[in-house]
Amino acid sequence: MPGKLILSADEIRRALARIAHEVLERNAGVDGVALVGIASRGVHIAARLARAIERVEDRTVEVGALDPRLYRDDPETAAAHPVVPTEIDFDVEGRPVVLVDDVLYTGRTIRAAMDALIDLGRPSSIQLAVLVDRGHRELPIRADYVGKNVPTSRDEEIRVLLREVDGEDAVVLIRHARGEGGA
Amino acid sequence: MARARAVIASPASSRRGQARADVRDEAGPAQAGLWSRPRRHLLDLDDFSPEEIRELMRNADGMREVLSRNVRKTPALRGKTIITLFFEPSTRTRVSFEQAGKVLGADVINVNASASSVAKGESLLNTLRTLQAMKIDVLVMRHPHSGAPYFAARHLDAAVVNAGDGTHAHPTQALLDLYTIERHLGGVAGRKVAIIGDILYSRVARSNLLGLTKMGAQVTVCGPPTLLPAGFKPGESVPEGHPYEGVMVAQGIDEALEGADAVMVLRIQRERQDAGHLPSLREYSRVYGLNSGRLKLAKPGALVMHPGPMNEGIEISPDVAHGDQAVIEEQVSNGVAVRMAVLYTLGAGVRRGR
Repeated sequence: MPGKLILSADEIRRALARIAHEVLERNAGVDGVALVGIASRGVHIAARLARAIERVEDRTVEVGALDPRLYRDDPETAAAHPVVPTEIDFDVEGRPVVLVDDVLYTGRTIRAAMDALIDLGRPSSIQLAVLVDRGHRELPIRADYVGKNVPTSRDEEIRVLLREVDGEDAVVLIRHARGEGGA
Repeated sequence: MARARAVIASPASSRRGQARADVRDEAGPAQAGLWSRPRRHLLDLDDFSPEEIRELMRNADGMREVLSRNVRKTPALRGKTIITLFFEPSTRTRVSFEQAGKVLGADVINVNASASSVAKGESLLNTLRTLQAMKIDVLVMRHPHSGAPYFAARHLDAAVVNAGDGTHAHPTQALLDLYTIERHLGGVAGRKVAIIGDILYSRVARSNLLGLTKMGAQVTVCGPPTLLPAGFKPGESVPEGHPYEGVMVAQGIDEALEGADAVMVLRIQRERQDAGHLPSLREYSRVYGLNSGRLKLAKPGALVMHPGPMNEGIEISPDVAHGDQAVIEEQVSNGVAVRMAVLYTLGAGVRRGR
């Protein structure tokens, strides 16, 4: 994989362990707290975060998966990929929900995810955990828990590789030539 | 047959060149998906690749989850207008499209041609021009003449979905049948599917033959020789070069059912008897009807499918139609999910005034 290594496998593990502690601290435990990963890589990160919390608290945390595609504000491009089934087997009503994603960029995915989540019920609060915040927000959205802040230009791409899908753990910064595949 | 093939040169293929590179994800430039070269219309499955069909089915999985919620509403097609224009009676297909559109947040307007200006003698072209002037995004059309949706696709900016045209095609029915088989049997490739009934005049059979063979199923058909298309000879497989190449034509229903993973029973239309294709419905039922005795020839637990509406006691016996192996009602609910996938992929990509 060409590009600059931003987070190694060990650093990803430590970042998620720290976020797990922050979630516990912020919510004074995990009573009623549910994690919801955003498709596709956020789902795996949410599962890891849940395991990290379980190791500390010795109790299970509910985890769900959410695809905000049908709620995006750019349907003509969102429809280019199929919708993944949302799997939230618990009631989100009245409880804190931590949305989990790999990269926070424009904030538009998170806006869509919040709308999708609220269609399923009214959480008492929605918090946001991301592995990487790369800046360039287009909406007033910020993350509550950040693995690493990475200043980027719009020509660059943050690629998050996860064992579960890619066979290895790494976050890589890739620079594209101008005009080639830019967002 | 000749007529059906003549319209298969679809206008969709000529418009596929419009690549769209501005797919954006939070993580940066994303891989362009299959649908990033937007398809404008769904007229038949002939020009769909197996990959495109698989993508539609994956999409249908996501749509099924939406349909299972307490609040079945999403804003995916908010502000889009879908018109269902039906020149033939239909309940399930029209309602299925209407529900699919509404769950996706679109405005759905149903036009029943018998109660519209068509009844006052307006030509199809003028009806289409009128709808065009209202800036619609998707036209879902059923018409008694084969090829009519292709005509509409040539004259409209909107995406056109064929909801059944004459004896030619019914692609969303074929997609929902494929999806139902895939959900139950874990895949379509290599599965043995028997189609029983009027193959000649059935648009369901035609689209299913295309879809099933494209996805790698082994298809055997069986029906009265008077209701088999040209080139279909009982006891032989359909020859090379024929659009349904490789489809096996059974000599009798027992041979067709032997070892089948799924059995599709087609509706026998009573007007075929009037036209002299069938001696009598009672004889049809005796020779070609699916009953519990015959069903035992298929694999244990084989799926029993029917596109509806059923003539119980003619092409299918009531105990089979409502038995454990029947997935006929599930076909209906899968139909909504599949049509949502179709409307979403076609409807979302359409920009007004193009």
